[in-house]
Amino acid sequence: MEIAGIGILSWITFLPVVGMVVVLMLPKEKKDWLRWTALVVAALQVVLGAFLFMRFDRSLAGINTESGMQFLEKFSWIDVRSVSWFGRLHIEYFLGIDGISVVMVLLTALISFIAVISSWNIEKSLKGYFALFLLLDTGMMGVFVSLDFFLFYVFWEVMLLPMYFLIGVWGGPRREYAAIKFFLYTLLGSVLMLLAMIALYFSVNVYIDPAGGLHSLAEAARGMGQGWEKIYTFNMLAMMDPGNFVPGSLLAGVDTSMRYLAYGALFIAFAIKVPIFPFHTWLPDAHVEAPTPISVILAGVLLKMGTYGLLRISFPIFPDAMRHFAWELALLGVISMVYGALVAMAQTDFKKLIAYSSVSHMGIVVLGMSSMNTQGLTGAVFQMFNHGTITAMLFLIVGVIYDRAHTRGLNEFGGLMNQMPRYAGAMTVAFFAALGLPGLSGFISEMFSLLGAFQTFQTLTIIGAVTIVLTAGYMLWVLQRVFLGPLPEKWKDLTDMNGRETFMLATLGIIVIFFGIYPAPILNLMNSSLNTLAALLQHGAPAAMTSGM
Amino acid sequence: MSDHLLNDLSLFAPETAITLTLVAAILADLIFRRTPLVVAALVLAGFVVTGLLLLGQTGVNASIFTGMIAVDSFAVFFKTIVVLAGILVVVFSMESGELNSPGRKLGEYYALLCAAALGMMLMAGASNLLMMYIAIELSSLSSYLLSGYTREAPDSSEASLKYLIYGAVSSGLMLYGISLMYGLSGSLDLRAINRALPQVLSGGGAASFTLLIAGVLALAGFGYKISAVPFHFWTPDVYEGAPITITAFLSVASKAGGFAMMIRFFKVTFIDAGAVALPAGTWATLQGFHWVDLVAILAVLSMTIGNLVAVWQNNLKRLLAYSSIAHAGYMLTGVVVLSNQGLAAIMVYFGVYLFMNLGAFYCVMLIADKTGSEDIDEYKGIGGRSPFLAVALAVFLVSLTGLPPTAGFIGKLYLFAALINSGWTWLAIVAALNSVIALYYYVRVFRNMFLRTEEPSSPGITLSWLQNAALVVLLVPTLLLGLYFTPLVQLAQASVRLFGTP
Repeated sequence: MEIAGIGILSWITFLPVVGMVVVLMLPKEKKDWLRWTALVVAALQVVLGAFLFMRFDRSLAGINTESGMQFLEKFSWIDVRSVSWFGRLHIEYFLGIDGISVVMVLLTALISFIAVISSWNIEKSLKGYFALFLLLDTGMMGVFVSLDFFLFYVFWEVMLLPMYFLIGVWGGPRREYAAIKFFLYTLLGSVLMLLAMIALYFSVNVYIDPAGGLHSLAEAARGMGQGWEKIYTFNMLAMMDPGNFVPGSLLAGVDTSMRYLAYGALFIAFAIKVPIFPFHTWLPDAHVEAPTPISVILAGVLLKMGTYGLLRISFPIFPDAMRHFAWELALLGVISMVYGALVAMAQTDFKKLIAYSSVSHMGIVVLGMSSMNTQGLTGAVFQMFNHGTITAMLFLIVGVIYDRAHTRGLNEFGGLMNQMPRYAGAMTVAFFAALGLPGLSGFISEMFSLLGAFQTFQTLTIIGAVTIVLTAGYMLWVLQRVFLGPLPEKWKDLTDMNGRETFMLATLGIIVIFFGIYPAPILNLMNSSLNTLAALLQHGAPAAMTSGM
Repeated sequence: MSDHLLNDLSLFAPETAITLTLVAAILADLIFRRTPLVVAALVLAGFVVTGLLLLGQTGVNASIFTGMIAVDSFAVFFKTIVVLAGILVVVFSMESGELNSPGRKLGEYYALLCAAALGMMLMAGASNLLMMYIAIELSSLSSYLLSGYTREAPDSSEASLKYLIYGAVSSGLMLYGISLMYGLSGSLDLRAINRALPQVLSGGGAASFTLLIAGVLALAGFGYKISAVPFHFWTPDVYEGAPITITAFLSVASKAGGFAMMIRFFKVTFIDAGAVALPAGTWATLQGFHWVDLVAILAVLSMTIGNLVAVWQNNLKRLLAYSSIAHAGYMLTGVVVLSNQGLAAIMVYFGVYLFMNLGAFYCVMLIADKTGSEDIDEYKGIGGRSPFLAVALAVFLVSLTGLPPTAGFIGKLYLFAALINSGWTWLAIVAALNSVIALYYYVRVFRNMFLRTEEPSSPGITLSWLQNAALVVLLVPTLLLGLYFTPLVQLAQASVRLFGTP
């Protein structure tokens, strides 16, 4: 699938970089040109995303086979010939998507588009803002389409610096603290990921043929072709085949302490991003200080990179360690759920409350994926998508009121229902979706997650289910404090949402309602992938690598 | 015999070229007193010619002047680093406002720069203990003078004096170590010592203890040159007080010479030639002398103390001084692993360090020339006033932190890979966690440049086309080597060969 000789995934990933170059060349006085450039790039990403959605083959599983991956792009990127004492270094530019990544790609395109619209009223150094925003966009997209660990890592890190500046320059009063905290936490995770990545690299061998194709060891044992050379590899799919591990290497074998250690390093890297309790403390600061569009991106996409990393890398490469620590993973998920909800309940700052509700909702994703069965995984991935859309709505809602009232103190509001009817409508949809009202998308994914988790961890799930009541409690309490009761004198002249705000919230609202009633289009995308992943996690024996890996 | 000598002299051509440049610089200075640019251009040309001559030595593996100096791909690599640093520093010096103040004579400055470079090039090749000592002294004596060159600045004289005192002590220690080594083995040639050592060590506890003392004393000399903790005390003061151009030169070239010499000393002298059944590209050290553990401790101390102290610095030159101590620590981990992979990793690191560190110092120089300060607080709002300069500095600092897609990441990646592949996982973890600490202080610079704004009255920094071009020359490899590092890695892998080792 190519446009102008370049694969569609490269387009969707690097379009923002093209946009960034355009933005950097435009004069900084032309603010509307800058905005429209970003919007056009984001809109094109949505178009490409829609194209992917239509052409995606729902029957292919992906996960650990190259033949199951779609829209593949694979080129040799770094190739250093071997010397007598060091093997050949071969890194691929390897992109492809399966049922898990396609959902995330769609979410990223959608949320980036909404975030660009939401950035319309930013005035401060707009040129720098959109340049960094678009670079961030490339980093996020790249993480979801990379199938080479090295490439994944590069994209993962590329996104750090723009985020630091976007929070640090355009954020609220405590932005410096929030930005550096975000940066340090994430980098701590990344260096651990880097070490695990290197350890994996030196543990996995494959054969490379003169044309650059990789072949698993099992394949080579069946019959080697001419000029095949044994190399180490960063290819994620090769790492998922236990047969490729070099006997006696650092991470060879099953259930060894080194494997647990590497799994733990990766887990911390991803858990910081999710964030899973107790690695969550950067999140409230970052969210509260970030400008609205960046909060939307942060909650909508960035947090998903953590759970995506667990699903794409940790689980399929270390199914043994995953099984061994499944209960602990579920426990952390449940703690995040309950703890996040309880802390959210105590907040009087609107944005902080939403931030903690994110911790709680991402806990549901973690609980769902720890179940190791199809329902739980489906719930987890669908919840990732739904949390992206719903929380994006919630942050937009906070932004709307903050732009007008310049305060986020929940106790200062009241009686806004009649003052801002459209706002009340959007907020009600978002809040009910967040608390899991049947008929809205959040319900389905939470239900699936809990159903799946109940089959594996009954007690934990029952404790976790308490969260639903807590969530309903704090969400309804917010609605009450903002909309009901007498209208304070000072808010008499608040205006309702304008067209731009209505458009953003209506778009997301329609998606939330639509997938609440008819989730099949999304569920179909990921179904066969998650079946395969569940089988892999439960039995540990992945399907044999297909030829031409 | 004369054939030998002629051949030796032809292999000594790069060093000869830099010596001739030195002489020419002194003479030119007599003739063109009023136009220092002539001398600068002459020296620049001399460095370029030296570099070209070095290119001609690819693949040579020889020993010249009766074993005094080795000319091998390993030495050539480090000499190239020294020469490249020399070229860039000469360009910096032509631009520096600090140096080009009215009334200052720069002829001796450039001549001393050549002398220092010559010393460092000899350090890279020296394979005899006496030669090593002379090379160290040549580079040190020139460096003392250079760091005090702006003598009207009080810091500068202080720096020079401190440098001299620390240098005198550590070279004294090293000389003592050399004499012990000579006493034990009866030779000053590294390979001859290596051949004599097994017999010495078989002599029992006293001999091996003496050897340990001798090794530690020699390590003091190397540690001083590469500014590894605990021999680093001179570094912050000298880096802060010296002219920025010299600070930049010392931070890269002097370290390169020091590392080359240290690696050659340990690898040639203490290799166990009789060891059998080793994986390709690794080697064993003689039993009875655990220098590897010593170096590992130095590495951990340098990384950790360098980074932790850098957090508290407010002067950017001083901050970069501590960060260079930390970088010496990272590179020392490559020595610990005893394999070609570790050596290649150090070389890759030097290849990227050259550009990112010189780039950072260049930005500091350009800013200091305009604002008159190296205080981080004075960097407020530079991002808004001089975006290109600020972004360039940010890129160099990101690269020093080691984040992709910059070259610094590749340096770290190779070092960590060498460590993990040889089982030094704990050292890799320490190094990785250290780069998180490093981020904290580099980010303070970003914060002031971009996140904080000053009163809008202060003017922006305008750069000449030459300054812009120099920045681009440093930026391109810093970014490009992060995305496509094949050539650098190939060069490093081809340069691990030391004369006289298998």
